[in-house]
Amino acid sequence: MDNVIRRRTLGARAARVTLYAALLLAALFYLLPLAVMLITSVKPLAEITPGTLLALPQEPTLAPWAKAWGEACTGMRCEGVGVYFFNSIAIVVPAVLISTLIGALNGYALTKWRFKGSELLFALMLFGCFIPFQVVLLPMAQTLGWLGLSSSRAGLILVHVIFGVAFTTLFFRNFYVAVPTELVSAAKLDGAGFFRIFWRILLPVSAPIIVVSVIWQFTQIWNDFLFGVAFSGHDTQPVTVALNNLVNTSTGAKEYNVDMAAAMIAALPTLVVYVLAGKYFVRGLTAGSVKG
Amino acid sequence: MLGELDEVAEAEGWDELLPPTVADVMRYDGSYVAVPVNVHRVNWLWANPEVLDEAGVEMPTTLDELFEAGEAIREAGYIPLAHGGQAWQDATVFESVLLATGGTEFYQQALVDLDEAALGGETMVEALETFKRLRELMDDDMSGRDWNIATSMVIEGDAGMQLMGDWAKGEFTAAGLTAGEDYLCAAAPGTQDAFTFNIDSLAMFRVEGEEREAQQALARLALEPTFQEAFNLAKGSIPARPDLDMSEFDPCARQSLEDFQHTADAGGLVPSMAHGMAVRADVQGALFDVVTNYFNSRDMAAEEAAERMVNAAQAAL
Amino acid sequence: MSPSPSMARPADGPGARRSRAGTLHAWLPKLVLAPSVAISLFFVYGFMLWTFILSLTNSRMLPSYEFVGFAQYARLMTNDRWWVASSNLVVFGGLFVAICLVLGLLLAILLDQRIRQEGALRTVYLYPMALSFIVTGVVWKWLLNPGLGIQAMVRGWGFEEFRFDWLVDPDMAVYTLVIAAVWQASGFVMALFLAGLRGIDDSILKAAQLDGASLPRVYWRVVIPCLRPVVFSAVMILSHIAIKSFDLVVALTGGGPGYATDLPATFMYTHAFTRAQVGLGSASAMLMLGGVLAILIPYLYSELRSRRHG
Repeated sequence: MDNVIRRRTLGARAARVTLYAALLLAALFYLLPLAVMLITSVKPLAEITPGTLLALPQEPTLAPWAKAWGEACTGMRCEGVGVYFFNSIAIVVPAVLISTLIGALNGYALTKWRFKGSELLFALMLFGCFIPFQVVLLPMAQTLGWLGLSSSRAGLILVHVIFGVAFTTLFFRNFYVAVPTELVSAAKLDGAGFFRIFWRILLPVSAPIIVVSVIWQFTQIWNDFLFGVAFSGHDTQPVTVALNNLVNTSTGAKEYNVDMAAAMIAALPTLVVYVLAGKYFVRGLTAGSVKG
Repeated sequence: MLGELDEVAEAEGWDELLPPTVADVMRYDGSYVAVPVNVHRVNWLWANPEVLDEAGVEMPTTLDELFEAGEAIREAGYIPLAHGGQAWQDATVFESVLLATGGTEFYQQALVDLDEAALGGETMVEALETFKRLRELMDDDMSGRDWNIATSMVIEGDAGMQLMGDWAKGEFTAAGLTAGEDYLCAAAPGTQDAFTFNIDSLAMFRVEGEEREAQQALARLALEPTFQEAFNLAKGSIPARPDLDMSEFDPCARQSLEDFQHTADAGGLVPSMAHGMAVRADVQGALFDVVTNYFNSRDMAAEEAAERMVNAAQAAL
Repeated sequence: MSPSPSMARPADGPGARRSRAGTLHAWLPKLVLAPSVAISLFFVYGFMLWTFILSLTNSRMLPSYEFVGFAQYARLMTNDRWWVASSNLVVFGGLFVAICLVLGLLLAILLDQRIRQEGALRTVYLYPMALSFIVTGVVWKWLLNPGLGIQAMVRGWGFEEFRFDWLVDPDMAVYTLVIAAVWQASGFVMALFLAGLRGIDDSILKAAQLDGASLPRVYWRVVIPCLRPVVFSAVMILSHIAIKSFDLVVALTGGGPGYATDLPATFMYTHAFTRAQVGLGSASAMLMLGGVLAILIPYLYSELRSRRHG
């Protein structure tokens, strides 16, 4: 192909330029909102006037960020989104770890210890990936009440684990299906037990799928709004709910710069994960082409 | 589920202290279950005097004057009526227009008793048409705007007037403006003899023992003159008991209290539908849907909207 | 990832395994799976049934179990707002899926032309997928706000008559949802298609080109048909996102102007949680589930069939 490329005609070169132009235009479309968000978040309110959407700040300031983090009002309280950011962390970390662990064990049991009906059980669990969550909201609210977990972080962790396990099980099952069964069978012959085989044979090769599962669960739970708004209390709101409250809270003039700074704060963790581990992120999205 | 407060009420003489309409709202099955902390008046018109001057108009007192003033303000280069396009704000404006069009008796029939003849009748159609005409006095970008952003348009002098409850006063005060000088208040045009109220109250859940004692004490304190005065000075509303000294309050609040007493005697005191005082939450929601959809629709006829009001009330039965 | 060969042993018939399996061995995998299965039975299937039962009652603020048959469904059918929400879903879902597919495929084909900096471009196209719909909604609300956003900017460039006020126009507001959702998800579709394109055997392409077919013709006749499975799963995923869309509406339009941009997901939430209409909300949730199943069942059917054959 190389020689083909070198023998470019003028027409082909023009096509090439058009191609790059189209790709760059598309890149602008995707970048524009991020750029505007970033620029606006470091402008003083006085510089936010009609027609200055893309104008760079004349006096850049981090004050909107500080306000969004620690002072801005989210509903009745004025403590910024910082506390809620930590709420999100406190919810996400345990929920991700627990659902990944359960998913790994499920995937392992479903592939290396098949039994009559195990495929059916898998299909049964898989269905949880697809339901619209509106259909579980009301019973969930009541059940959390009975368990004494209404409006608590523990309640939200539980909800995220329950509905996350379907995905993590799917990830690990599809991954472990491809791990040769001979190894496991041999270990069984040697008398190794269920957990020992998992620990010694499956876990050491699982790093890629663990990364996929962790990243997937992390983005899903961090970005969740529906469960957060339905089941959290004032103290336990995740950052997405706080951001929405901040944007909709009415006190004095509308501080768009603070809104944008708060949006950036809520978006940063998943953005960072995406930039650092984008490859796995894509793999999670496309895992088995089955996604919720 | 709710605890009753009848002992405190009797000891403190709530029946005499509170206007009957307010007392009714605080009762459930004949027993007091909540204590009122304030009374908001919803049917207010706020205005920027400089804008009115420049347009050469006075504070309008009838709907016709409102439209005339609006035209003049527009010609002077301002937005006549500041508004935020959110369902509850649409409903807030609508109920004032309805009150001005049909009077308190009609308001009571339509928005409190959900009388079908009233909801689907000619007066309703007229009220809806007038309400829709108000849209022409508003700017194009109002959709989704918060009420206080609309208030700040009046404060900044971008807009002339706003129809909003007395909590708007908090925004004017926060901007350092003085009532009667830097901003004007008046009953919503055509509703001078009526008072749509929105009462904030503390509902008491049923508890036992020491907690119950504390609860009764709280209920007593909430109606104490000192608390009522301090709380309402901050909130822009008026005290729930009409017997207090009002010298600390601004002219708008004093007028509010005066109108409150006078309408309570004359039967012009009506609960605000837009603020959940008149009908159950599901009916309120259904009425909001009709009002906001009609207000934002390009082609829905007022007759159809009135018909949908009837359906909304029926479906919620 | 591949295991070292020394550990692999050839001799492991099923008979040997069975003879060694103790009672605990046989039960442990089932024991490990049991909690997840139980959770799924209760929290997914049980809750679906529960919501269905609620939808047959006249529950208002709190669930009550006074049965009224299918009256809530009948009320839904006469509720104008429900019809607005449902038809919005058709418009929003249809456009969202179609535009994402076209844009995603186009970008994938363009990116597949040995582009310099392909990795960087891919990252740029895909990053919105990492964001919360709330963030997306907040940003686009700011961009589409006629007073300060894109409209004001273009007017500032001297095009005084430029109008882009869809956000506040009841007839056009639903398309702002499409714009924001396409911005968020089209990069993901691009990634799906790119992976599909890379999986196509080069020799097919070369053979087609040797036959003298032009490049667009090759793509249209040969490449795109090869991508059919990708199209299929993309449609599944995208329509699922569309049906579940809740956060985007909440953050971008709040359902307004009026309730012009309501979707079934927001309808359900509003009625069940803020309007004390638990029965009606449950009925709308069940209809949403019905919608998902209508798409899902053919999908799962074909998936299972291909798995059995493959």
